[in-house]
Amino acid sequence: MSGIPHDHYEPKTGAEKWLHSRLPIVGLLYDTIMIPTPKNLNWWWIWGIVLAFCLVLQIVTGIILAMHYTPHVDLAFASVEHIMRNVNGGHMIRYVHMNGASLFFVAVYIHIFRGLFYGSYKAPREITWIVGMLIFLMMMGAGFMGYVLPWGQMSFWGATVITGLFGAIPFIGEALQTWLLGGPAVGNATLNRFFSLHYLLPFIIAALVIVHIWAFHTTGNNNPTGVDVRKGSKEEAKKDTLPFWPYFVIKDFFALVVVLAVFWAIVGFMPNYLGHPDNYIEANPLVTPAHIVPEWYFLPFYAILRAFTAEVWVVQFASLVTGGIIDAKFFGVMAMFGAIAVMALAPWLDTSRVRSGSYRPMFKWWFYLLVVDFFALMWLGAMPAEEPYASFSLIASAYWFGYFLVILPLLGVIEKPTAIPATIEEDFDAHYGKASDAKAAE
Amino acid sequence: MLKKLVIGAALALTPVAAVAAGGGDQHIEDFAFSYEGPFGSYDQNQLQRGLQIYTEVCAACHGLKFVPIRTLSDEGGPHMPADQVRAYAADNFSVYDAEADEDRPATPVDNFPANTNAGAPDLSLMAKARAGFHGPYGSGMNQLFKGMGGAEYIASLLDGYTGEEKTEAGTTLYANTAFPGGWISMAPPLSDEQVEFSDGHANDVRAMSQDVAAFLMWTAEPKMMARQSVGFVGVLMLTILSVMLYLTNKRIWAPIKGRKDS
Repeated sequence: MSGIPHDHYEPKTGAEKWLHSRLPIVGLLYDTIMIPTPKNLNWWWIWGIVLAFCLVLQIVTGIILAMHYTPHVDLAFASVEHIMRNVNGGHMIRYVHMNGASLFFVAVYIHIFRGLFYGSYKAPREITWIVGMLIFLMMMGAGFMGYVLPWGQMSFWGATVITGLFGAIPFIGEALQTWLLGGPAVGNATLNRFFSLHYLLPFIIAALVIVHIWAFHTTGNNNPTGVDVRKGSKEEAKKDTLPFWPYFVIKDFFALVVVLAVFWAIVGFMPNYLGHPDNYIEANPLVTPAHIVPEWYFLPFYAILRAFTAEVWVVQFASLVTGGIIDAKFFGVMAMFGAIAVMALAPWLDTSRVRSGSYRPMFKWWFYLLVVDFFALMWLGAMPAEEPYASFSLIASAYWFGYFLVILPLLGVIEKPTAIPATIEEDFDAHYGKASDAKAAE
Repeated sequence: MLKKLVIGAALALTPVAAVAAGGGDQHIEDFAFSYEGPFGSYDQNQLQRGLQIYTEVCAACHGLKFVPIRTLSDEGGPHMPADQVRAYAADNFSVYDAEADEDRPATPVDNFPANTNAGAPDLSLMAKARAGFHGPYGSGMNQLFKGMGGAEYIASLLDGYTGEEKTEAGTTLYANTAFPGGWISMAPPLSDEQVEFSDGHANDVRAMSQDVAAFLMWTAEPKMMARQSVGFVGVLMLTILSVMLYLTNKRIWAPIKGRKDS
């Protein structure tokens, strides 16, 4: 299915031919595993495997947890403690699942920023990018609903705050919120449907992952130079690529195991570091925690949500123009979803014809600033909503939008890219030397 | 209305001052507990002393409803002999038996009873429900080095009474250096030599505070020892595997890469 010419699976024995003429599944697997992959991929390209592993890890541990968990407001918290104390290995399975969500988001953020730097979103990989953004959205949904299930204080109040966002939508908001919650407030109906959806979403994600892989196997991987693989003939393509197995499988497995060693140290020695102590207090609708904070992976977008207060002139302007329909709260909600939307639109906002950031002297610095901005937003999301954090949040949010809406379109016009290697082979040889040289030396 | 207020405050679309948990005037002492660090382990004797303090003092108002009594004999915990646990359960607690419609003495398969008589919170998970260390600036980064510090918080709280008290709206409040806000409604629960240990171990307030805090860390995280050993073995095996994969990877790529050094 790849556009890069390569050797396809040929059934040899009678049995293989019999199966292949009826269901070419071996051929499909062969072509997927042996796909020609640009040989100059660097270490930033390993996070896809980590993500695939995370999805399987979360589904497997999640299915086991669901066997022991009870989605009822009176029993949920106790059932989690039952898992922690009475189920064989339950404490490990739960801690792995809990921290697995964090690993998933670490991986997806690095994966996304890799795509942003190397221009992986650009033609012809727009569909891969859009599907990836959908996966990211689904992950956020699954992560949020999963956090509600233990029914601790942060679960309950996080659910109250986030579902309250839908209540901010003009006219239909309140009715929509009630419909989503299954009642006037977060309660048993909410917990039940969140459990149901939390179980469903990973399988939708799995389906989207297949589409994601299908899409980039059709276009071929991007690579650090952004230069296309030569597709004139098999021989030409072979100079630029190597089959996925074994070269990239082993490389990715090595990286995965290193990542897992760190992950396992966190699970084993500090499993609650990324959680919030309040979530070990059973949900109580009558007591509000002093400081409601979402999980770390939502903080950047939470900061954007909170940044647009009624004092900000853009918000006041929007309110004035729409006759008050768009208030500060709704503006904040739109900004939060807008922050992801502008990222999803990057393929059309970036006007530069050069894919890789390596050859874009100005873009580079704006990109690095975006990374700093992301971490700043994450930090600000955890801070109380008061000065000076409120002003910082506004500046950081403005940069996020500015990067996608102003800088990306402008840079393509004003920037002079540096020299780009003619082929992937040339780039690879420049880094690692020609294979023929090594043979000559021996 | 309350809900709307809460949502509004939480979203902070209007500026609302929120107090970062653990910030401000709290003093949490960094007690050294035996279970700290990747190779630490619970001190079995300390947990048993803590259990005794809990039973004689705390249990008057607080419950441990998530903790099965039988786990007192678990390895990596207080590790008490099974017959001792049976006697402990029967001597100290009774549970309601729905079938007989009457109270009966507790057995090891029962949980510690819940106790909300005095409006006191359940202590099963208290050591994980409080962060002792939350700095700098409320970021929680120091937890990386100090741990969450729930047990330190409990010990600091029990040892943190200054002796001052005041009456506010009919409630007596006691000055405490560890409690957020500085005033707590729980009267100082411990006094020197309140609990006698059979081995004659120190029983001043400071020593007992640490013993009961360690015990509550165990009730909150009863599988910590198992988890740390799984963590250690896992990291070791993954490290070995990563070295093997590194070498495999190097070998596979060697004919592709010209230079030997890269």
